[in-house]
Amino acid sequence: MITTVLIWLPIAAAIVVWVLPLSRYATGSLAVLVSLAEVGVWIEQAFRFDFSKHGLQFSQRGGWINDLHVSYHVGVYGFSLWLVGLTVIAMAACTSYGFWVGRDRPRAYFGLMLFLTGATVGVFVAQDLLLFYAFFEAMLIPLYILVGVWGGPGRLGATIKFFIYTAAGSLLMLAALIAYGLHAGTFDLVDGAPSFSRWIFLGFMLAFVIKAPLFPFHGWLPETYREAPPEVTAVLSGVIAKAGTYGMLRIAITKLPEPTSYYRTLILALAAAALVYGSLLAFRAPDLRGVVAYSSLAQSGLIALGLFSGTNLGYDGAVLQMVAHGLVSTALFLLAGTVERRTTTDQFALLGGMAKGRPALATLLMTCGIISLAVPGSANFAGEFLILAGVFQRAWWWAAIGAGAIVLAAMYMLRAISAVLHQARGSVVTEEALDLRLGELSLIVPLVAGLLFLSAWPAGVSHHSFAGDQPVQSVKGQFR
Amino acid sequence: MIHTPHVDWFSISTILALLGASFVALLGAVLVPRAVRRMFGCAVAVLGFAGGLVTSVWLYVDSANGHRVIGDAFYRDRWTALGQIIVCGIGLVTALVAAEQIAHRTDDHIAEFFSLLLACAAGMAFFIGSANLMVMFLSLEWFSIALYVMCAIDYDVEGSLEAGLKYLVVGSFGSAALLFGSALVYGSTNRIGFAEIAHAGHAHDTLLVLGLAMVITGLGFKSSAAPFHQWTPDVYEGAPTPVTAFMSAATKVAAFMLAFRVLRTAFPQDAHLWTWALAGIAIASLAVGNFAALVQRNIKRMLAYSSISHAGFLLIAMSAASALGGRAMLYYLVPYSAMAFGSFAIVGARERELNAPVTLDNLAGFGWERPFLGVAMWFFMFGFAGLPLTGGFTGKFYVFAAAYRHGWAWLVVVGVLATLVSLWYYLAVVRAMYMRTSDELRVAVAGGSPPHEPLLHAAVAICMVVSVGSLFAVQPLIDLARHATSAIPF
Repeated sequence: MITTVLIWLPIAAAIVVWVLPLSRYATGSLAVLVSLAEVGVWIEQAFRFDFSKHGLQFSQRGGWINDLHVSYHVGVYGFSLWLVGLTVIAMAACTSYGFWVGRDRPRAYFGLMLFLTGATVGVFVAQDLLLFYAFFEAMLIPLYILVGVWGGPGRLGATIKFFIYTAAGSLLMLAALIAYGLHAGTFDLVDGAPSFSRWIFLGFMLAFVIKAPLFPFHGWLPETYREAPPEVTAVLSGVIAKAGTYGMLRIAITKLPEPTSYYRTLILALAAAALVYGSLLAFRAPDLRGVVAYSSLAQSGLIALGLFSGTNLGYDGAVLQMVAHGLVSTALFLLAGTVERRTTTDQFALLGGMAKGRPALATLLMTCGIISLAVPGSANFAGEFLILAGVFQRAWWWAAIGAGAIVLAAMYMLRAISAVLHQARGSVVTEEALDLRLGELSLIVPLVAGLLFLSAWPAGVSHHSFAGDQPVQSVKGQFR
Repeated sequence: MIHTPHVDWFSISTILALLGASFVALLGAVLVPRAVRRMFGCAVAVLGFAGGLVTSVWLYVDSANGHRVIGDAFYRDRWTALGQIIVCGIGLVTALVAAEQIAHRTDDHIAEFFSLLLACAAGMAFFIGSANLMVMFLSLEWFSIALYVMCAIDYDVEGSLEAGLKYLVVGSFGSAALLFGSALVYGSTNRIGFAEIAHAGHAHDTLLVLGLAMVITGLGFKSSAAPFHQWTPDVYEGAPTPVTAFMSAATKVAAFMLAFRVLRTAFPQDAHLWTWALAGIAIASLAVGNFAALVQRNIKRMLAYSSISHAGFLLIAMSAASALGGRAMLYYLVPYSAMAFGSFAIVGARERELNAPVTLDNLAGFGWERPFLGVAMWFFMFGFAGLPLTGGFTGKFYVFAAAYRHGWAWLVVVGVLATLVSLWYYLAVVRAMYMRTSDELRVAVAGGSPPHEPLLHAAVAICMVVSVGSLFAVQPLIDLARHATSAIPF
């Protein structure tokens, strides 16, 4: 029941916002309150979650299309709990950011943000293939409109690219899931028997590698991340991208084990390519958002590396990295947004010297930056270490490539920090560009606090994602 | 002395209700003062369709054991009743929209329009239940002639007149093909009843196969499947928008439901031929509809091509030739009809506001100006594209599942690729309504605020409820469809 509330509370609130003619202030407050209530519901769920127990928890099942054995079946596993948490926390921060900057047409905007929250939570808790697919597609609708209406000048081209790319992947997934479901006799993810079809695997994986994205399916990423409003970019890279890697774990790896090992080398190669190529592009990017966008590509590669290593350490690290990267990239994109609000741009050529007289901005950007480059002791370091240790057990050279790319991460992140905060004062940085205000602090500081908490206790996520902390066995037993 | 068969009056009560209302509306054209004629016609039509809904629901409940009545000429079963329910529903919303939209410049012939609408729906209700080739042809002509006149009802508008004439010429060609095909089938089997044809026919009789091909051609014209679609864009564009909305929804329902019955009942021994033929027509429709829609600027033309592509999806279900295919087709028709009707009604509202054909350019900003219609339009567009906002999503899933069960995974892939292409033009509408920059928004609006259109809003709201509701209430609809499909022999 509580899982159902997590999905439908924000969607119901979205309908309320669309229907009732509330004022701008009331609409925004309602949306922020609902997104905070959502966080509260999740905390309640997390406290009641039994991490030692095997199998699905808080599950609920209802009829939907009985004669094809499609049902409304939702529930959470350990790792889905963390991803739901990431979703509700990041969405609360981003919705509040939208309220803080005062987006135009508030009823449409906040309604869509709430709808997006519900749909994304749905992706992470759906335990029926068609339901999963429905939420996976439903995420696209608000994103399309959010980018298309509130985005930058090049938004029309960006939305078309984004939509066509992701829809191409997910429509092939529809064909794959019909094939899977009709063969298995059920569309239920818990009950369904594993399949051996390589075509089905490829159909699913194409959707996930586009969403994540992995090289060479990232064509939509740079333009979309640059043109979307900053809080939407934050959601895209922090949360939506994780739907792709979550799908790999929940469906591709668990339900199609034989094809997974058949294509393992290919996907590890794509993941490594995304990691190296994304890092190199991030080093060349001329703007803050570009750096964070390409580093997201690299991090998706790293997560996929961990997942497809097929080892205990790899799975643990991948889940931790999904959460940690989700938080840090949300925080970084929101910070990029605050920089843009003060200077109208995030081009490095025009920025510089923002640290002077702006201690809060400097501290937060610096903290997020060094967590993102995986400085030892940070949550991201723990995640990357686990992933590399896991993939090392598969073959040492994957770990060598990964370790090399992490050096690149230090290079691009430090370059970005110094270009924004240090160096000579940029031409658009004026005295009037104030430090972060209380409103902005109140939505970025919790994200950073979450990161620091995870840095202090990474095992909180990595040891509490799979029952009994035996990921490989859980995957083999298909979670149940 | 001619032997008259026993008549089961209750089995044709829907048709009688609609025809009765049609006569009342026609009397109103003469007897009711001009000032209230429009509202009178609308009220009679709404009552007529409501009566038709009641009787067809009753028939559905009371016809669990399908059988033929009136000299074995008409089916009294749940397939017929369900078709009549859908047609009456579409007619009801058409009556609402037509009251505000039809002939609002001249105010002429409004009562006659409602009379024709009711008669047309009666013809369709008869058509769906027809049990032999003679009744099929007569009822086809019955509703077609009413449609020809309805297309041309705005006879002072060149486009409307052209649409009526074009539909008449091309439609007659389709009817002729159907008639010729029927004659060949009769010549080959010496029977006109569908069930008797199945017993009398030999699978490899050339004459019978030729007749079957021509029957499919004739029905293909009515359902506007490629390559029999040439009339569709022109007629849909030229006809008064409520008529287009009615045609795009109701004609498809009637044509597809009858086609499925004829093919399954009369030609089961040739199933290996017509399933492949339908798959071919489906692919042609998907290709023509989607690629031609890509380049349209005029929204009505674009929606016309989109309706051709949806004929392709329905044909995928039909070509599976199974009970699952029949259920998939029936289910798909419900959200599809609602979305097709609703989107044309919204285009009609914009058309009336601008007094000009609606294009992607002058749709700019529509979503912000009229929020309800805008939101409804993006629901319909995303729904057409198969995104999970409306039953269009589950419909596509069902159709593909039927094709996959039939063993045609390649047809699923074709359908998926067609859906992908269709995203482009459906999203173009959303883009035009919401995402243009402010300087593009300065479109010349005819002046003043848009007309107050409560009935149109009500009709669009009904379409919204049906299309979104069908996403959630899949199983009840499927159960209805299952009972209806059990009347068809498999």
